[in-house]
Amino acid sequence: MFAGGVVGALARASLAEHWGHGGGDWPWATFLVNVVGAFVLGAVAVRFARGVPGDARPQAGSMCHHLPPADVVAHRVTPGVPRALLGTGFCGALTTFSTLQLELVSMLRDGHTGLAAGYGAASLAAGLAACWAGGRLVAPEAGR
Amino acid sequence: MSAATWVAVGAVGGAGSVARVYGTLLLGRGVPWRGTLAVNLIGAFLLGVLAGCDVRSTTYLIAGTGLLGAFTTFSTWMHECLALWQGGRRSAAAALLLGALVAGLVAAAAGRAAGVALS
Repeated sequence: MFAGGVVGALARASLAEHWGHGGGDWPWATFLVNVVGAFVLGAVAVRFARGVPGDARPQAGSMCHHLPPADVVAHRVTPGVPRALLGTGFCGALTTFSTLQLELVSMLRDGHTGLAAGYGAASLAAGLAACWAGGRLVAPEAGR
Repeated sequence: MSAATWVAVGAVGGAGSVARVYGTLLLGRGVPWRGTLAVNLIGAFLLGVLAGCDVRSTTYLIAGTGLLGAFTTFSTWMHECLALWQGGRRSAAAALLLGALVAGLVAAAAGRAAGVALS
C-alpha cells in the first residue's frame, strides 16, 4: 500500500506541476489522473476480487499456533497483495477527491459556474464509465 | 521541484495511502463506503484549510498535493458507487455519488473559510 501510494502520489504531483492551470481553465491533470485511476481500479477490483469475506483470515477455532508464523502471515497477506499495491495504494493515491472538490470550490468562487458544473459532471460520468470499462476489460461478463 | 521535494511528496504519498486504509477501516465500522466518504470529507476540509491559509507553494505541494491528495481517493468512491449500482442498490449508489459531491464541496469551502480565518 505504501509503495503503491508513493508511485501514485509522485505521478499525480508531477502531472499537476507540469500541467498547472489557471483559475478559469479545465484542470486536465486532476481530471486525467482521476479517470485513469478509476479505470485501473475497475480492472484491479475485478481481476483481484476479494473472496468470501473473512477467508483471508485463519478459520475461527483453527489451531493457528500449530502453523509456522510465516505461513500464517503469507496466508493473510498474499491474496490481497496485488490489490493492495495496485488498487488501494497506486490508484487510491493517484486519484484524489480533495483536489477535485477544492478546484470546484475555486471555480464557483471565481464565478466560473458553467466550468464547475461541466467539470464536476464530466469527472463523475467519465469516472464511472472508466471504472465500469476497466472491469469489463478483464471480465467481459462482469459488467452490466 | 527540487529532489528533496520529490522525496517528500513520495514519502507522504505513501504515508497518506496507509493512513487512508486505516482511516477507512476505523471510520467505516464495517461499511467500506462510509469509511471512504469520511476520509474523503476530512481530506477535502483539510485541503481547504491549507488553501485558505495561503501557505508557500512547496508546503502546499507536500502537505496538500502529496499527503491529502493521496489520503483522499476518487477511484474508490467511483468503484463503490458502481458496486452498489451493480448490486441492485441503485438509489444508494445515486445518493453516494451526489451526496459525496455536495458534502465534499461544503467540506472544502468550510475548510477554506477556516483557513482564511486562521491566517
